[in-house]
Amino acid sequence: MMSYYQGLTAEVVPFRGHNGDQGEAYYARPTRAGKFPGVVVIHHIPGWCEWTTEVVRKFAHHGYAAISPHLYFREGNPGEAPDDLGARIRAAGGVADAQVMGDVAAAMAYLRAQPNATGKIGVIGFCSGGRHTYLATCTLSGIDAAVDCWGGNVIVDNPKDLNDKRPVAPIDLTEKMNCPLLGIFGNDDHNPTADQVNRTEAMLKKLGKNYEFHRYNGAGHAFFNWQRDAYRPEQALDGWSKVFNFFNRHLAASASSIAAE
Amino acid sequence: MCSYIVEKAALVGSAKGRKGWMKIDTANVYFDHPYHSTLDHVLAIDFTNEGEGGRDRVAVELSAESARALVDRILAALASGEIAHAAPAMPVAAE
Repeated sequence: MMSYYQGLTAEVVPFRGHNGDQGEAYYARPTRAGKFPGVVVIHHIPGWCEWTTEVVRKFAHHGYAAISPHLYFREGNPGEAPDDLGARIRAAGGVADAQVMGDVAAAMAYLRAQPNATGKIGVIGFCSGGRHTYLATCTLSGIDAAVDCWGGNVIVDNPKDLNDKRPVAPIDLTEKMNCPLLGIFGNDDHNPTADQVNRTEAMLKKLGKNYEFHRYNGAGHAFFNWQRDAYRPEQALDGWSKVFNFFNRHLAASASSIAAE
Repeated sequence: MCSYIVEKAALVGSAKGRKGWMKIDTANVYFDHPYHSTLDHVLAIDFTNEGEGGRDRVAVELSAESARALVDRILAALASGEIAHAAPAMPVAAE
């Protein structure tokens, strides 16, 4: 008899990032035999935090092989705490979009290279990672479905906010979006504001993109994050159900369907 | 917010971190999402020595209200301390 809950394996793995740079990533997969769709989890500005690793394990728990590349590894010392590294990266103005896209592409390649891969890949990102996710849907090929969780600065109203590291507003690349997009937003968020979410949706609609947006009242930024006062359990629970429903549809597999193979 | 807006302040001083005391030359100050605090936004200060690569830091994450109160207390401590520690007038040498 198969247990309702199934085991998972989680570990830090070496992977080749942008430009072939040797980095590290947090990787988790169901332990049982079978093939699993993959999910790349893009962390937020503060860094490769414990909550991010929990999200990776959550996907493995639900039948996905998931990986979160450490986007700041190039600047790190061996064994350095990710929060210290995140602080230094922030002070240096963040990491370049091109480098992040390279790391995400490399993480996708890592997942596809695993013997347990179905070949289907989803991407999800939170906060700045949501923006990176939007950018990935417009600049990378091979993504089967993507989830932008409250990505700020997809719309850039002040051109002075563009720079060498972030040279293009993701919204301006929307025409190139090449996979279904799920957006999860809190209506009390200040970045993106409800108005910016509406404008992003208008652009997606105008260009005939395959998308679905879900907006939550009584929630602001990062309302999935149970470690913060921003956490909204009811909205988060519904949001997660939207995420899994979306990935299960587009990545064509769920834990139960895989288990039945 | 979700930004890379960082105010930099040049400092002369020392701070005690994981490896003990170190000289510091910079404070990176920002108001954004925290790493540790449960607050949605914090006033964060990272004290570092950028002259030595800025690899170590002493970090604080404060609520906006308490950060403003701290600014007041810093100014108050400086004001009262500078009066208390003002160099006394040079004594006149006895003839």
